[in-house]
Amino acid sequence: MSTVMNTDTSSQKSAIKGAIRIEDVVKVYDPDGAAVMAVDHCSIDIPGGEICMIVGPSGCGKTTLLNAIAGFHGITSGEIYLDDELLCGPGKMQAEPGSDRIVVFQNGALFPWKSNLENVVFGPMMEGKLSKKEIYDKALSMMADAGLSGTENSFPGEVSSGLRRRVEIVRALMNDPKVLLFDEPYRALDSLTKSVMHEALLDIYYKNKVTIFFITHDLEEAIFLGHRLIIMSSRPCKPKKVVEVDIPHPRDYSVLTSPRFRELMEEAKGVVHEEAKKAFEAGEKEG
Amino acid sequence: MSKTNLKDKIFSRSFLRGIITIVIFLLIWEVGARFEGWFGYRLPWVGLIPPPTAVFVTWGGLIGDPGYWQSWYLSFGRVLGGFIAAMIIGIPFGLFMAVNRTFHNLSFPTFEILRPIPPLAWVPASIIFWPTQELSIAFVTFLGAFYTIVINVLGGAKSINKQYLQAAQSMGASQWDVFRRVVFPATLPSIVVGSAVGMGITWEVVVAAEMISGGGGSGGAGGGLGFFIWNSYVGGSYEQIIVGMISIGIAGYFSSEMLRNLGGLLTPWLKTR
Repeated sequence: MSTVMNTDTSSQKSAIKGAIRIEDVVKVYDPDGAAVMAVDHCSIDIPGGEICMIVGPSGCGKTTLLNAIAGFHGITSGEIYLDDELLCGPGKMQAEPGSDRIVVFQNGALFPWKSNLENVVFGPMMEGKLSKKEIYDKALSMMADAGLSGTENSFPGEVSSGLRRRVEIVRALMNDPKVLLFDEPYRALDSLTKSVMHEALLDIYYKNKVTIFFITHDLEEAIFLGHRLIIMSSRPCKPKKVVEVDIPHPRDYSVLTSPRFRELMEEAKGVVHEEAKKAFEAGEKEG
Repeated sequence: MSKTNLKDKIFSRSFLRGIITIVIFLLIWEVGARFEGWFGYRLPWVGLIPPPTAVFVTWGGLIGDPGYWQSWYLSFGRVLGGFIAAMIIGIPFGLFMAVNRTFHNLSFPTFEILRPIPPLAWVPASIIFWPTQELSIAFVTFLGAFYTIVINVLGGAKSINKQYLQAAQSMGASQWDVFRRVVFPATLPSIVVGSAVGMGITWEVVVAAEMISGGGGSGGAGGGLGFFIWNSYVGGSYEQIIVGMISIGIAGYFSSEMLRNLGGLLTPWLKTR
């Protein structure tokens, strides 16, 4: 099976920065001498501005890949490029964390001791490129755009989990990242809140075109949001099937009931189910 | 209904409940202590102590006695001195141990061997080490709070959600910024808890140390509420013993309440949980 994937990049997409190229990446964990292969010769090519959904069962090693791009972990072999610049590869197995790649974490990582506004300005204040006033003005207008007016001075713990996620995405966008890395950010949300969050995320995406590397195990979420689904095999993690979502953007929730959506669901479901079963059985053996 | 209104209501209700318990406690004590005089039968334990009315009469007499207030002053001074020293040394010590592996390796084993030694076991050594009695008591008081503060700070700083650190790094925070803007505020709740527990231990230790070291040492040292209780015992005034005990209870309560309020101001985000 070919593991290198290319999408035909439309001229509009390729104008946007943030292309990620993952080439033949291997990650072996070796905590107690027993080597565990988390990622196996994985190659993925994501053009700038694409919403790329990485789909796979829990614990299949998707997050390992995300951490490698973000620079939180090293890789064992292979290379990862951002806009043709080497992030990590031979000689430098761990990328430097940087504000061009911001992670939106599974459980959220807003600083609970800072107000929402103080959270949002954190990155630019650290970078120190803009004046304090410019940063706060930008933050206030971006929060207003994301429907967060009135929550600026609350602590993250004082607003709903849905709003918290939105604050976190705005905090990420404040850094003008080329890539947003989502690690199952909506996992803990109920399905109603989730659907609102999906539309909100697309709304934010249409205003700030960035590359989105989005990890999920929720197929409906994946097809609704993504330009493309990369369905991963479970441990070791490796692309198994690519599903092109040819439903045009901008999308709204009416897409969910369209026949094409259902066809794509069918197409993806079989593969995902098979992998989930494999992961479940492997988990049973370990347990 | 406004928010503060509701708050007042809850506060006054909980306040009332607290008062009710105190009143019932005093009533049982009074009846128990006077039982023998009224019914000719002495109840065990409570029959042996003076009734609260007698204690309050004695207390009333002491209110005008500068010696009594001197005891308060001395104990408070020692508690505050030892406690503040423990915070000044303990908080940076714990934080540094948490962020620097080399320093942790160097200091943690020694710290863990010294920690189980009760502060009171230090009293004789302390008297030998330090030139004045006052310094010996202050040192023992300091030890009481120090270990608790360090352990809490260390535990708090080590259990920080790693993703806070990763998020800060991604957003371009320098190492110093990560420490100042993430590690420190994330540890603040543990610092507050450690301080509150440490303050309680400080009162336990200071009273015992004062009893052991006694009063009227050279240069007018000694004294304090612990010595006040011991002296009352030696002098046979049971009422005064109880006055001393209640005084320590009140002093400890005020110290903790002060810390709780201060802690609440330092960690306003915790109220939202």
